[in-house]
Amino acid sequence: MLSGLGRFFVLSTSYIANYGYADGSGEYYVSIDSEKCNACGECIPACPMHIFQVEEDDYGDMAAVVKESHRKSLKYVCSPCKPTSGVRNLPCQKACKPGAIVHSW
Amino acid sequence: MTTQVEYWRWTESRYTNPEVDWRKASTITAGIDVGSVSSKAAVLADNEILAYGLMRTGSNSPDSALNAINRAIEGTGLTMKDIKFIVGTGYGRINIPFAGKAITEIACHARGANYIWGPVVRTILDMGGQDCKAIHCDEKGKVTAFLMNDKCAAGTGRGMEVFADLLQVPITQVGEMSLQVDKEPPPVSSTCVVFAKSEGIGLLRQGWSKNMVLAAYCSAMAHRVVTLLERIGMEKEFVLTGGISKNIGVVSRLEKELGIQAVPLPKDQKFDPQLAGAIGGALFARDLLAKSRKAF
Repeated sequence: MLSGLGRFFVLSTSYIANYGYADGSGEYYVSIDSEKCNACGECIPACPMHIFQVEEDDYGDMAAVVKESHRKSLKYVCSPCKPTSGVRNLPCQKACKPGAIVHSW
Repeated sequence: MTTQVEYWRWTESRYTNPEVDWRKASTITAGIDVGSVSSKAAVLADNEILAYGLMRTGSNSPDSALNAINRAIEGTGLTMKDIKFIVGTGYGRINIPFAGKAITEIACHARGANYIWGPVVRTILDMGGQDCKAIHCDEKGKVTAFLMNDKCAAGTGRGMEVFADLLQVPITQVGEMSLQVDKEPPPVSSTCVVFAKSEGIGLLRQGWSKNMVLAAYCSAMAHRVVTLLERIGMEKEFVLTGGISKNIGVVSRLEKELGIQAVPLPKDQKFDPQLAGAIGGALFARDLLAKSRKAF
């Protein structure tokens, strides 16, 4: 009963999803804030490596995520956008109007 | 004739809660967590865990899931028909034909840990067979942040199995033995399990004892996950789930490095922390079932 009421007051899910890795040279994480994400999907064509997709999350809301198939290979797929490549404005971050996508590098 | 000993092999198990009579329960649901190394199934009768099964994952997810659930209901008198809703989770979750819904292991572990340890839990470290996840949740067991490491088998159960095999130490004794050292050795430096194994062989050549090599590997594993916890915002109410949570060598070193103790299991709690994901799945299944019943 009470848990049912609790759900009534929660308007949307809010969590931060971090995908990436850390190694000797630093931390490389792509973070998506589900509260800011409006599931517009602008990040999907923006990413040259097509790592994003919009799907229903565990709590029934739509949000951008890093595709499951890419989650363990961001070290390689994200390398064209690494600091050493000289990319300043990361395409996914630039495409995300609500500012939900953040990088740790 | 010599018998070949498989040191990495842990025993499959099952459990029935003697205090629960499923015939009196109004809803029976289950969660099946098909991991990369082990498959777990938990059966929930209303709000109580009725039974669970812990099996090795085979070469295909549907069979592994079926194995786990069959083992869980074995001897309880339950049949698959009595289970009204099943949630699949874990690495093989999308491949479970009899599951009504697939939910990520991140949400399930948070939910399961909340059930096992109670609402105090804020930080969960799931050290599984093939990857490691740090999860932050609220008092309802709802995920507020998570982090998955993109590394291979480093810092996971599979790596521990490799070391158990290399040193010919049964996997269940690895943690205990790694603590029986006079001096804590420097951690193994390689991240990759294959390289770490080579490094381990090198250390043995240099005359290190088994215990010292295990200590070096356990401390490397503990050290590696600390950075994950720091990144998602460590809160002191933390617990460990997954297979490695049963390795005292890793757990005690992690606690030492963090300077805090993991939340102890509640006194009357008999559930294996490796089951957290499956238990969380069963709880989600119960909610989904209640929701669908309300809709009609």
